[in-house]
Amino acid sequence: MAAQETRMLLKYTDEPGYTPDIGCYIKHGGYETLKKALKLKPEELRQEIKDSEIRGRGGAGFPTGVKWGFIDYKSGKPVYLICNADESEPGTFKDRQLMYKDPHQLLEGMMISAYAIQAKLSFIYIRGEMFRGAKILEQAIEEARAKGFLGDNICGSGYSCDMLVHRGAGAYICGEETGLIESLEGKRAYPRIKPPYFPAVFGLYQCPTIVNNVETLCHVKHAIDMGGKEFAKIGTPGNTGTRIWSVSGHIQKPGYYEFPCGGITMGELIYDLCGGLYPGRKLKAVIPGGTSSKVLNAEDRYTGKLKDGTPFDWSINDIPLDFDSFVHVGSMSGSAAVIVMDDSTDMVEALANINAFYAHESCGQCTPCREGCLWMNKITSRMMAGNAKETDADLLHSVSLQISGRTICAHGEAAAWPTESFVDKFRDEFLAKASGNASAKPESAYRLI
Amino acid sequence: MNEQETAKQVTIYVDGQAVQVPAGMNLIEAVAQVGKEVPHYCYHPKLSIAGNCRMCLVEVGSPMRDRQTGEAVLETDGSPKIGWAPKPAIACAEQAREGMHVRTESNLIKDCRNGVMEFLLVNHPLDCPICDQAGECSLQEFATDYGRGYSRFIEEKNVKPKRTRLGPRITLDDERCILCSRCVRFCDEIIGESFLGFVDRGSYSTLTNYPGKDFDSNYSLNTVDICPVGALTSTDFRFKMRVWFLKPTKSICTESSVGVNTEVWSREGKIYRITPRTNNAVNDDWMSDSGRELYKQVEADTRLKEFRVDGNRVKLGEALDRVVELFKVDDRVAYVGSAHASLEEQFLLKQLVAVKPGPVSLAAHEQDGDGFLISNDATPNLRGALVTGLIDQKPRPALPELAELIESGSVKLLFVVNEDLTQLGITEALLRKVDIVYLGTQKNQTSRMAKVELPMLTVFEKSGTFINQAFRLQKFHQVVPGPAGLLPDIHILSRLLGLFQGIEPKPTSLDNLWQAMANGLPALKGHAFATIPDEGVLLDASPYKHINFCEGETLHYNPDCTT
Repeated sequence: MAAQETRMLLKYTDEPGYTPDIGCYIKHGGYETLKKALKLKPEELRQEIKDSEIRGRGGAGFPTGVKWGFIDYKSGKPVYLICNADESEPGTFKDRQLMYKDPHQLLEGMMISAYAIQAKLSFIYIRGEMFRGAKILEQAIEEARAKGFLGDNICGSGYSCDMLVHRGAGAYICGEETGLIESLEGKRAYPRIKPPYFPAVFGLYQCPTIVNNVETLCHVKHAIDMGGKEFAKIGTPGNTGTRIWSVSGHIQKPGYYEFPCGGITMGELIYDLCGGLYPGRKLKAVIPGGTSSKVLNAEDRYTGKLKDGTPFDWSINDIPLDFDSFVHVGSMSGSAAVIVMDDSTDMVEALANINAFYAHESCGQCTPCREGCLWMNKITSRMMAGNAKETDADLLHSVSLQISGRTICAHGEAAAWPTESFVDKFRDEFLAKASGNASAKPESAYRLI
Repeated sequence: MNEQETAKQVTIYVDGQAVQVPAGMNLIEAVAQVGKEVPHYCYHPKLSIAGNCRMCLVEVGSPMRDRQTGEAVLETDGSPKIGWAPKPAIACAEQAREGMHVRTESNLIKDCRNGVMEFLLVNHPLDCPICDQAGECSLQEFATDYGRGYSRFIEEKNVKPKRTRLGPRITLDDERCILCSRCVRFCDEIIGESFLGFVDRGSYSTLTNYPGKDFDSNYSLNTVDICPVGALTSTDFRFKMRVWFLKPTKSICTESSVGVNTEVWSREGKIYRITPRTNNAVNDDWMSDSGRELYKQVEADTRLKEFRVDGNRVKLGEALDRVVELFKVDDRVAYVGSAHASLEEQFLLKQLVAVKPGPVSLAAHEQDGDGFLISNDATPNLRGALVTGLIDQKPRPALPELAELIESGSVKLLFVVNEDLTQLGITEALLRKVDIVYLGTQKNQTSRMAKVELPMLTVFEKSGTFINQAFRLQKFHQVVPGPAGLLPDIHILSRLLGLFQGIEPKPTSLDNLWQAMANGLPALKGHAFATIPDEGVLLDASPYKHINFCEGETLHYNPDCTT
């Protein structure tokens, strides 16, 4: 039987007549979980989230319950909750659906989370380009405040927590949680050094702060609704709950697809859910988790051992869509943004495009990322302009290795891994550019602006 | 004992070598304890940690413990097994803890440094032949130590503004900037006012002023000192001299009673710049812009350069004979000392007073300090006048008592050191009633009316000592020779003293003089010029507790807490 979607977060969003207003949400059982949660103790809720084994949907896949456990309550400082809605990873468009089509689900998840961590104030940091989303969220917050679901004395529980929407100004780095915090404080979004600035201890205004992704916070609502242990039964062990995958590229039906973690494989996603490739084309490569994750070559076999020691031998189509499997095959599920490339793709050109993005978005704070990203961009732009050299492949690879692991934040890896993996997996194409086998493009440089 | 000294000591292992350091000390400082250098650009001991240059990456590990038993895991040879962190860490933000292991020379670390050096240089212009920083540039030094030696970069370099005026004294070359943010942090944290920031992103990031805000702080030039490359340059010093030709001489700033420690850089008898010298008890690593300008008095047009008697140029001997003569004519003398004079000069003047008694006055030069490195007292050595016994109470800005003495005719001769009496409440008409012997560096109304002019040397042309507001005895050294024919002031004063005492005048040296000072002045007992450390030495301030000095709080000085 062909694989199918199992929607939880997106259950109602695409139903005809489902609107983002509070009336529609309440009619579909909205805010009942919040009322239930407010009757429990915060530490009970935190335990439920621990039991649910939810992992962060922003990209790193860090267990949410563990993250909440790092909050420094002893300091006596106010705790803040921030929803990271700066969805900027190229290829990712899942949080947008959740915010635009079902904002109250996010708000309910946030208020449950805020109560669970005893936040004094909560923020939604939304990507600058999503101005309509900001309006929808503002509207939703107004409605929820009027109904007493946030603000003072929520649902008569005695707990108060307001919510603010803050729009970014169009920088990718604001999705990095410490960069986001700096930006929210009104400063340049330079990510902070860790140690000592772990957000759960020294976050917003140097107070304990939790930053969670939109999808993660929506999941909190469902985990509390059904109970953590029950939630953990969805998906596979250690990879719980459903997940929304954004699929784009050379594919018949690009879009967002929700199903349990590990529920289906890459092949099922591409061929069953997304209707396969364009006619006559062959799969060449897949970027599994947004452009910062390492590219997978469709020709390769992926072998190794799972966590429990079971050996695996997968083709690209066999890889289960969860958190851990992509680590096993040397990449990551990142923001669950699958970018499909068929045999018409010039891999050097694809990398040139990615490098242009990261060179543009490097904040410029620390040396390796600042200089390395632009250098890699200059190399791939030159290669595309018809001036490739034989040494470029090795040079690109070497430069990328000089960046990753040596920067303040994960932008270093995000920018270096594409280059590292593209050259690793498609070395011949990079060498062919130099020998003049490949046709030179007229563009002199790849620039986003 | 202060907090620092009582901090818990921990043992860390730097490349296997054990060393005791205070807990929490950052690894750049901790590694320095074993004589190794962790190269760095953005780290500065007096500024907050930015961690952006990534040059100071080191490997950090700690002994592994068994999760169940909690016992140390051992290698096959019985030594503890070290669990190394998967990624290198920046030494500037990593703090020493008990049992920590640090690798500063592993292949990974060499590769990290090599990589960062390459990255810093890819967009850095090859300006060294014309760059003011060349010769004292961290980029040059670490490129030599850790760089690749050749460039793999064949792309076009970024182009940025080459000469931006940031403020009246600062010119920025943006292409050379490595974006370490030391200058930004200096303004925010030390000046306490934001002047500088970055605009644009990534490799195109550019240092600039806040819109419409001139970088006109009186401490702006410190950013030139702490800039690890040649990006921030002193508009005054820019393109004037290669630094390797300059000789640094330790000196003391005379701008105020703070006594900022300085280095004065000269070549062939000409001073080119003054920079602060680190003294963590006085000025840390900083000094004012105005203090850096003081060397210009050396070549001022108003400089006194000749011994003169009645307006005619004479030799020193003749001038001194004339002074003796004036005393013979009428020895109802009054002295005006100076808090700008060195301790040695004040001591000799006091001896002169002992031989030829007369009332001594000294004028206060009070100003509005800035609470940081400029105090309310514009003189460097008021405490010296107290220690030498020249005065015994707080001086006042004007000298009405002296005016009274002249008016009443009970003073007929004035011996003035470095003061223009017309600025101190004594009119020219009054001055015409007396004979004046003037000792000073600059021409003024008093020198013009003097019977004898004895030119003095500036602080840059002689050696000596000052006592600052905290009763810290600090020495300064001769940087350049004075104008031709001039002699150190202590020679002039000691020769004059010899003439009065009827002994053969002989040249005196600082060491000889200090023997007499240590014997004659209780506060200086046991001290000698040669043994005063570069950072100075605190004298006992308790005898002067009753004096309500004009200084307020400045860096490392609180008038209420002086011992």
